[in-house]
Formats: sequence, C-alpha cells, structure tokens
Amino acid sequence: MAFASIHVPEFSIQAVVRAEPVLRERAIALMEGFPPQERVVAVDAAGARAGISLGMAKSQAAQFHSVEIRQRSHIEEQSAHAALLDIGWSISPRVEQTAIDSIVVDLEGLGSLFGSEEAMARLLTRRAADLGLAVHVAVSANLEVALHAARGFPGITVISPGEEAKRMSALAMEVFSPSAEIMETLERWGVRNCEALAKLPLLELSERLGQEGVQLHRWARGQSRRALILAETKLCFEEEMALEYAVEELEPLAFLLGRLLDQVCARLAARSLSACAIRLRFELDAACRDESLLEESAPKRTGPGEIAHRRSGENKSYEKLFTLPVPTRDSKMLLKLLRLHLQGDPPNAPIVRIFLAADPAAPRAMQHGLFVPSSPDPEKLELTLARLANLVGHARVGSPRIPDSHRPGAFEMSRFLPGRDAPEAREKNNSLNERAALAAFRAFRPAPRAAVAFRDGRPARISFSDVHGEVMAASGPWRTSGEWWREDTWSREEWEIEIRPAAERDAAAVGPSAIGPSASGEPRRGIYRIYYDALCRGWFVAGMYD
Amino acid sequence: MGLTMAVNVAALRFQIETALAGRVPAPFAPRPVRVETAPFRIAEVDELTGGLPRGGLTEICGPPCSGRATLLLSALASGTAHAEACALVDGRDSFDPHSAAAAGVKLERLLWVRCGNIDQCLRATDLLLQGGGFGLIALDLSVLPPKTVRYVPLNVWFRFRRAVENTSTILLLVDRESNAGTCASLVLRMASETARWAEPPARRAAVTANSCACLLDGAQIQAQLVRSRLQTAPGARNDRSFAGKHDAGPAASFQTKTEWSYGKEIAKTK
Repeated sequence: MAFASIHVPEFSIQAVVRAEPVLRERAIALMEGFPPQERVVAVDAAGARAGISLGMAKSQAAQFHSVEIRQRSHIEEQSAHAALLDIGWSISPRVEQTAIDSIVVDLEGLGSLFGSEEAMARLLTRRAADLGLAVHVAVSANLEVALHAARGFPGITVISPGEEAKRMSALAMEVFSPSAEIMETLERWGVRNCEALAKLPLLELSERLGQEGVQLHRWARGQSRRALILAETKLCFEEEMALEYAVEELEPLAFLLGRLLDQVCARLAARSLSACAIRLRFELDAACRDESLLEESAPKRTGPGEIAHRRSGENKSYEKLFTLPVPTRDSKMLLKLLRLHLQGDPPNAPIVRIFLAADPAAPRAMQHGLFVPSSPDPEKLELTLARLANLVGHARVGSPRIPDSHRPGAFEMSRFLPGRDAPEAREKNNSLNERAALAAFRAFRPAPRAAVAFRDGRPARISFSDVHGEVMAASGPWRTSGEWWREDTWSREEWEIEIRPAAERDAAAVGPSAIGPSASGEPRRGIYRIYYDALCRGWFVAGMYD
Repeated sequence: MGLTMAVNVAALRFQIETALAGRVPAPFAPRPVRVETAPFRIAEVDELTGGLPRGGLTEICGPPCSGRATLLLSALASGTAHAEACALVDGRDSFDPHSAAAAGVKLERLLWVRCGNIDQCLRATDLLLQGGGFGLIALDLSVLPPKTVRYVPLNVWFRFRRAVENTSTILLLVDRESNAGTCASLVLRMASETARWAEPPARRAAVTANSCACLLDGAQIQAQLVRSRLQTAPGARNDRSFAGKHDAGPAASFQTKTEWSYGKEIAKTK
C-alpha cells in the first residue's frame, strides 16, 4: 500500500496566481484586513528577497514597486482547493482532504494503470501544472510520512518502505506545524530537525511536552500510522472571481471569463468529463445599475441556445444557463459562445463578481456511419446558431414546430438539433409525392390589410399593397374561431381567390396578344388566401400560393 | 513562323490522337466531371434538370405565384427525407411551416433563419456556408423587392459559389429574376399556367352564389431550363452544358395539388 501526498506551497499566493497567470513571474504579496488595517499575510520568495515581510502595512509594502500587491481571496483559495481535489480524483477515487493546501491519494492497485510510484507522482505534478498549481508530491507507504515529506521536500519524493526514519531525519520541525509554545521549547533545547527529535527518549519527552510531544516524536521517527479519511467525491466544477474594480465592457469581461473557462475545462479534463451546460452568474454593482432594465425580473423569452435566463433586481445579479447540444470542454469554443450571447443580451450594470459553473457529463462518443449523411459539427453549429441569433434575434432562429392548436398559421420556434439518424425508409404515400407536388403556401407576415368589394355574396375586386385586381374565382367562406378564453382569440372567414391584376384586365380588353407579364413584377394571375377578421372588422391577405 | 508552328502543333496532335486511338477516346478533351445531384422529388423537373447539383448554386426565379415556393419545399422535403440538415434563409419571414410539413419537410431537420432585410440574408448565408455540414442551404429572396436583390454585387454570388464548391452542399437561390448570372450551375424560370378548381368557376357561379362546394385543386406550373452546367447521364434531355439566357430552353410542366386534394387522393388510394 502506498500513499501520495500533494502539497501546494504558498497556497494563498498560488491561488491568486492561478486566477491571474500573468503574476507567475512576478514577486507578490497578499494583503488582508480592512483599510487602513491591511497587513501582509503572505509573500512569495521573490517578494521576501525584495524586502517584504509578513505583517507589514499596505503603505509600507506599496513602497516596493517590483512587488505586486493583491488582496487575499478566500474564494480563489476554495477554487484552488477544489482543483487540488480534482487532481487527486483524476487518478484515484480514494482521496483525503487533509488541509486546504494538502491532500493524500491512495495509490493502491493503480500500478497497472499508471506504472511505478514515481511515474504516478510525475503524472500528478503534470496534472497540477495543467491546473495552474506548482505542487510537491511525496510517495510513501506511511500516510503521515508522505504528508510531511510533501510539506518538507520540494518536487517529487519517493520514500521506499523502511527508509522513512532516515528520510524524515532531514526535515525541519516546522513541517509538523507544532504549537508556538512547543516550538519555542524545542528551539531552546536545540532540537531543530526530526533527527534530533527522534533521538530524544520518549518517556521524558512525554513528561515534558505531553501527548503533543509524543505525537511529534512518532512523526519524526516515521512510525505514526492512521487510516485514510475519505473525502466525499464531488462532481462540482465551479469557479468564482471577486473583482477589485467593476467591469463594464465586454472585452475585459471576456478576458476574465476566458480564464475561468480555462480553469473549469482543465478540471473537467482532469476528471475525463465534459460540460453539458454552463451556468453563469454576475453580481452587479448596485450603485450603477440601470433600474429600467432591472425591472425585467421575470424570466425572459429564452433563445435557442439557452434554457433559462434571469435578471433579478432584488439580488442585483444576472444569471444565464447555457445548455450545450453536445458535451464539450473546448474552452475557446465556450468562450466564443458566451461572448456571442452576452453581446446580444449584456448585463445592465458593472460586474463586481463572476461565478461560473459547468454541469459535468460524459464526453461525446460518436462514430460516423457509412450511410449516414454528413451533418454540421455540433460545436461549430452551436457557434453558427449563436452568431445567427446575434444577427437576426434569438426568437428568429431555430426549427419551426407546429403546436397543438387550430389557430391558423400557428408555429413555434424550437432549438435546431439535427439528429444523426439514418435516412428514412420510403413513406407509404411517397408515390403520391412523386406524382404531384404540393402547392406551397407563402405567408405574409404581418398580413396586409385589403379592400374587398363583394358581388352576389362573393369577392369581386380586391386591392392590397401594390396589387389591385379582379377576382376571377373564389372559394369560401371558411369560418374558423377558437381560444375564446384567451385575449388573443381569433375568429375569421377565409376565402381562396384567384385574381387577375387590373393591368392585365385592361390589356385583355385590347386583345389577347397584348397580355404579358407585368413589368412591375406583379403576377399575371395569382391565388391568394384572404380572410375577414371578425374581431378587427377588416379584410387581410394571409398569403399566396407560390 | 507562326503558321509553321501551328501546323506542327496540329500534326503532333493528330499523331498523338492516332497513336492513342482505341485506347483513349479524346486525349485532349477535358475529363468529364460527373456532378452529384439530389432529386427535387418532382418527376418532371428531375427529368428536365437531372436534379439539384451538389457543390453548386441553383437559381429558381419567376414572378409571384409561379411555383417557386413549391419547388423550394420539394427540395427541402427531399433533403430532410435523406436525413440531411437543411437551412432556409428567409428573406421576409414568409415561410409557412404548415405548408412545409404537408409537403413532407421534416421540420426538426430544418433550420429557419427569419431575416428582415437583404443584408441579414447575405450575412446569414455566409455564416451557414462557413459553418458547413448542411445538405441544402436555401436563400429565399423572392419576396424582397427585385431592385434590392439586383443591387447585390456579383462577387457575393461568386463567393457563395466558391464556398460550396467541392462540398456536398446545395445552395439554392430563389428570387424573382435571375441575378447570380454565370455563378449558377442551374437556372430554372418558373411560370404559372392555370389554376385548377374542383368545379369550373362558371358552373359554380351559376349553381351557387357562395362557392363552398368548389375548392382550389391546384395549379399547372411550368419550369423552363435557362442554364445548366450539369454533366448528366448520356441520353438525358439536358446533355448540353449551357443554354443561353435568351435561348428558350427546354421546359416541363407539372401539376401542384393543394393539401385537401392530397388528402382526397390518399383516401382514394386506401
């Protein structure tokens, strides 16, 4: 049995650097507290070399121009810890979350999958680097030894069974994080490393330092043993970012979203998962919000690419849920998608906090069929649909769907999801389709008003838009009405009419040879569907047979 | 000098042709490229045109009520029946889903982009062509004013043609007049001949004032081949690769039926 411990040195700093990778090569100091009591709580090695020390006031730290000053972020630390757990779960389901900066992974039985213990340690280091964390990894058969070795030794450390005491002897006492009182006592005794502590007699040590001293002695000798405390496996991929300055424009917002998406997608990749939906929430700057826009607290009509959208005036937040047609973890594609949706429906106030979460799903496994026609790549199609929605509006792109209603011309727009199914077998009435084509109807939206003259109870003349003509044949009336319980009830009388434009009629009077296509593009003859709207008390043209 | 060279070239050509006679039919003729086509699902039009050319631009033009939408819906029905994803860029939101469903279009496989002007139409078509993967992309500009469509620069149609070249996508343009010019591989001009009513209008008028009993049965539509660059199977009617704009090309007539007329025919079959 072997355990690998993963430790993130300078965890608070690494959490900030993970959210802001440009700081990776810079000296950093983290501040905490409320102004004017802000103090330095963490500083990296480069910052310490520059002269920054813990407890320094912000005004003092600001004197060091080469050092970047940032606020300590507990939100980013939580995200970094979640990423650390994902690294562990990426190779084993048995993980202990020992501390916010340390976890222990049970490597039992993983040799056949990942190779030697050293190879597994290298794999963990690589995956941590992918998630933006520089870690120390130690492998040992003793859980406590692995844990302390990861804290004490840089890089990868593999401790063979039986060598625990020997390897632990070089470690400083600080890796055990003893209480300040015991640390002071040990320093007074001249005990500065494990080797010196391990040589002390246990009984006398117990008399002077109590149970804590005994525990430290066992750790120093590499003899302490305990069982792994399993962490509950979570499939939660969330990243959050609190902004020091409110973001108003889309470009910087896209930059920040890109970072969060990179982190979420890297975490998904570590767990061999993809995202089937992206949840986005912005906390808005209450002082700057546009009240007229925030009144839209009720759910808006959703576009095809999203299934829910809420702007809440009370919460001062902006929420969106993007469902994806196929699971993906392509952060660039997701960023383009979010940008396109935000362009079409931007938040109404500056953003002070960003929350982004991915709903995990198994990656898409697809096999093309030899006889299946090619169809658009789902990821590219989603981007194309988002661009089209930006161009013409969300409600104007999608697949038409006929609702269960008798309302004339009723239709709904639904999300376009072309299936990859095989061509259908020939329908029974296919022979009919081949024999004659269906006369297609072309709708006029909105229906233009028409002036209709009647003779003997039938339409005789009609005039609408730029069409004026005599009705040659008519069929009707077809009376329909429905949904009287709704405000938008309908009641109409439909006629199908064949008209001859006035110009043609005049030409016909001159002689048959003069009849020709209208120069203005008007039809020589046309078949239209007109209706009398009993509620509006007017005639309209529903469309034409084309 | 020039004359001598021409004579030499002709002699060389003759020599090569003689040497390869019996093995290669025409060594200097460009190799015929067979264009894959998809059917319209209207037998008369399919026989006339050989089908819709894949990787090319097809243009259907004609005045209103001339059967352009009928042909468009037939093409969409054919594409969606073969499980292809089809897209319709609608110039002025005039597509009728009920009519399309009755014509056999599988609506769930149809992407309908409801544009409001020519600029949106062209940009939407560009996006769809760039996205790729569609079996048929139809650009319906027939309801827009002809003047607007006429002002679309020719390079737009060239760009569209280039975008679909070497793909299996059919680009179908529906408008009032032929605008794509030489970019189109196939141009059809539609014209409506007569409307058919269940009973003659004269008799109907005489028998009853309100003509509820007389229904619109359909129409007779004529499709004229204006241009075709298709290399179809030998023996087909449009073997010639090009028909001039003012040349009266071959034409085919076909009947359309209204929805109720279909229902009646199906009932009779049963």
